Amino acid sequence: MFAYVVRRVLATIPVMAVVALFVFSLLYIAPGDPAAVIAGDQATPQDVERIRESLGLDRPYLVRFSAWVWDILRGDLGVSIFTNLPVSTMIAQRIEPTLSLMIVTLILAISIAVPMGVVAAWKQGTLIDRAVMAFAVLGFSVPVFVVGYLLAYYFALEWDLLPVQGYTPFSEGFWPWLENLILPAIALGSVYIALIARITRATMLEVLQQDYIRTARAKGVGQRAILFLHALKNAAVPIVTVIGIGIALLIGGAVVTESVFAIPGLGRLTVDAILRRDYPVIQGVVLLFSFVYVLVNLAIDLLYTLFDPRIRY
Amino acid sequence: MALLEIDQLQVHFRTPDGINRAVDGVSFHVEAGETLAIVGESGCGKSVTAMSMLRLIPEPPGKIAGAIRLNGKNLLELSDREMRQIRGNDISMIFQEPMTSLNPVLTVGRQIGETLRLHQGMSKAQAEAKAVEMLTLVGIPEPGRRVREYPHQLSGGMRQRVMIAIALACNPKLLIADEPTTALDVTIQAQILELMRDLKHRVGAAIVLITHDLGVVAEVAERVVVMYAGKKVEEAAIGPLFRNPRHPYTQGLLGSMPKLGSSLHGDETRLAEIPGLVPSLKQKIPGCVFASRCPHATDLCRSVAPALELKAPNHVAACHYAPREGAMAA
Amino acid sequence: MSTLVSPGGVAATLPHEVAAATPMPDIMPPVKQRKGFLGFLWRNPTIAIGGFLVLLMVCVAIFAPFLWTKDPTALAPAMRTREPSAQWWFGTDMLGRDVYSRVIYGTRVSLTVGFSVAICASLIGLVIGLVSGFIRVADAVIMRIMDGMMSIPSILLAIALMALTRGSVGNVILAITIAEIPRVSRLVRGVVLSLREQPYVDAAVAAGTRTPMIIIRHILPNTLAPLTVQATYICASAMITEAILSFIGAGTPPIIPSWGNIMAEGRALWQVKPYIVFFPAVFLSITVLAVNLLGDGLRDALDPRMAKRL
Repeated sequence: MFAYVVRRVLATIPVMAVVALFVFSLLYIAPGDPAAVIAGDQATPQDVERIRESLGLDRPYLVRFSAWVWDILRGDLGVSIFTNLPVSTMIAQRIEPTLSLMIVTLILAISIAVPMGVVAAWKQGTLIDRAVMAFAVLGFSVPVFVVGYLLAYYFALEWDLLPVQGYTPFSEGFWPWLENLILPAIALGSVYIALIARITRATMLEVLQQDYIRTARAKGVGQRAILFLHALKNAAVPIVTVIGIGIALLIGGAVVTESVFAIPGLGRLTVDAILRRDYPVIQGVVLLFSFVYVLVNLAIDLLYTLFDPRIRY
Repeated sequence: MALLEIDQLQVHFRTPDGINRAVDGVSFHVEAGETLAIVGESGCGKSVTAMSMLRLIPEPPGKIAGAIRLNGKNLLELSDREMRQIRGNDISMIFQEPMTSLNPVLTVGRQIGETLRLHQGMSKAQAEAKAVEMLTLVGIPEPGRRVREYPHQLSGGMRQRVMIAIALACNPKLLIADEPTTALDVTIQAQILELMRDLKHRVGAAIVLITHDLGVVAEVAERVVVMYAGKKVEEAAIGPLFRNPRHPYTQGLLGSMPKLGSSLHGDETRLAEIPGLVPSLKQKIPGCVFASRCPHATDLCRSVAPALELKAPNHVAACHYAPREGAMAA
Repeated sequence: MSTLVSPGGVAATLPHEVAAATPMPDIMPPVKQRKGFLGFLWRNPTIAIGGFLVLLMVCVAIFAPFLWTKDPTALAPAMRTREPSAQWWFGTDMLGRDVYSRVIYGTRVSLTVGFSVAICASLIGLVIGLVSGFIRVADAVIMRIMDGMMSIPSILLAIALMALTRGSVGNVILAITIAEIPRVSRLVRGVVLSLREQPYVDAAVAAGTRTPMIIIRHILPNTLAPLTVQATYICASAMITEAILSFIGAGTPPIIPSWGNIMAEGRALWQVKPYIVFFPAVFLSITVLAVNLLGDGLRDALDPRMAKRL
């Protein structure tokens, strides 16, 4: 078991290295001269040269890459072109809202989507099933900001039930914190709910076909125990895997959701950085999110044993 | 009154290309404590019959009609809740595939204990103690350790023993065994059959044995129902059926059977090859269902479906040409 | 009475009067079957609805100038933020531009990006997947790179790329395509690897059939169905990504009327003039929905096994 964990952790190092290499190489892959693009249309040649230098584009690729990796390993993500603050500091200031939003969305989405998928599978072919599937297609199709504006318009503006925009830190109390996150979490979660509900339904349908479900029925086990004990536990591995993969959707969606709901998190930081062409900040955020994503999926991998005794390390 | 009475049972399934009449008008009964075998080729409706006795047929796409009476009570009229109290308690079932019929993510002890807790209201500790007892009963060594193991840690034969332990945990009145030995090695098959015979005497349950293996039938059954294409074509006590089969299909099945008493294990005891294919159950067959494969079929067979007739005392068959005992004598 | 008794013991003549069985009644209504193309659409309503809506949107894009539109970029400062009316069906935006015309022309941008990304990503992904599936040495390297790329959330990857390039439709297509390639190549590689296990492909290899021939004869036909399905999903997600990129200012330049741009412009006023955001949002949602429905329908129709899985 321990050996497996070590092996699995070590196996993520090459993935992270490729992520770092790729994110770093974007500067070189992008068509045109990134320094000129970042400097903007009104920039003087001196401005462009200064940016080229600050991005390290004047130095050879490998030299620059090794220096950059070394910096990252020490927690140094570079310096913002716009504010001249270290990117790591800027990220640290903005991480709480984003983390809060993601956690609330995650909890909300899983607790809605899994029962939805289970019920849809149980009632396969009925109106309930069709409604869940229709919702899933809609969730995939209606972009997060559209859902966000709709929710904000009705729940906040028209009916005045929840705050329209903004964020309250957790330190100021649980309810004020949560209140501000409910609408963004629903908006951000819609795709994620659709994804999880769909995989839950599909996996459950497959599991419910299995012989051991028939055995459980033949024993007189009730419907609820069959669904949530006998079947769901067997369906857990694919569902949990998709929950992990789907976090990419949450990360991408958070950028937009934070703009719609004026949440001062990493997403807003990214959007602001785009408008200011502050590439080091964008690079830092992309790198951070990618690493988090890899680590979350690593953790999920290691959790498989909890769900399935056949998986041995 | 018989323990179980099946009366004009019909089980139909809705499929995209028509209605599959998997079981179409089957009647038989099971006496308390007896062993009845239902034999036939795969697709003849014997497993569907077994499943419908516990109402395990998914509805939709399936639909059950007729009557299934347990001690006179029609199971088809019970609520789902009442039906659940019968499953695993009054009637329990063993399935063909021991490898896949146990839940892979629950311990053996939990799966045995679940029935006990459901039907006998046992506590978790009591159920586990009883589970160990049941494992001992079905001959699993080291039951105290095995009870905490998962199915994938057991061999096929052991798993089928666990299935039997689950089925017998609540002392059912009727045990339905659907091809209980088919998926097992020949030597294990014999052990499991021996175990079932042994336990049947101890527990006193009636057994409905679903199989295509006449060797198994000869070893354990007292009475036999032969099914073909969703219909019962013959029914008799084991002796008369093997000695004097009335229906051409039964004759075909017995065609390559060695005489009773000779070796009953091994491939030569499997069903004989009968030329032709089982007809599609999605079309209504106007005459005798076996006519398309019967060596003796006439125009009459192809146009008029034969009724089940008493051909000898306690011996019925559905064939126009099978002689009645009286007619034979004349 | 002469009775002919066969070896099995069955008399060949009727020994007694015929006893006919009472026929069993049917217990469920008969199954209706529809045939032909209409039957296909009836059984796959998602293909019918999705296909119709996609076609409709394609027509809107092609015939945008003839759909009672005005110049989508014409400024009319005097007519700013007019509510929807008979004159301005969808109202006007902050600069007095006709939202209806902009939304109709926006169809062109969305469909161009969606279809281009779907085609480019599929083709490039197909090539990478084939190389990876057939060349062991390349496989290890390529798949590590793909793993790494897939670890970067695709919108972020596109954002990073867009931050380094000038905003243009071409660069948006490029950025989204790069982000979508890993998924396609994984899919193709998976198909190749599973097909190589098949006895008939094995036999072809053993018989000395050259690799290009094997690809054309065995691999491509089997890749086509899952690839088509995947391409429709890529098309849908590319349209959403384009809108998101434009919405946050990292997409097509503001001068181009794309749905994301129209929404970005309406963003500041959304609490008082929600229609500016509303109409492009509805068009975007319906178009993406149509493509997704088409994808679901194709998946169900082309591969029943895959349909069960997702």
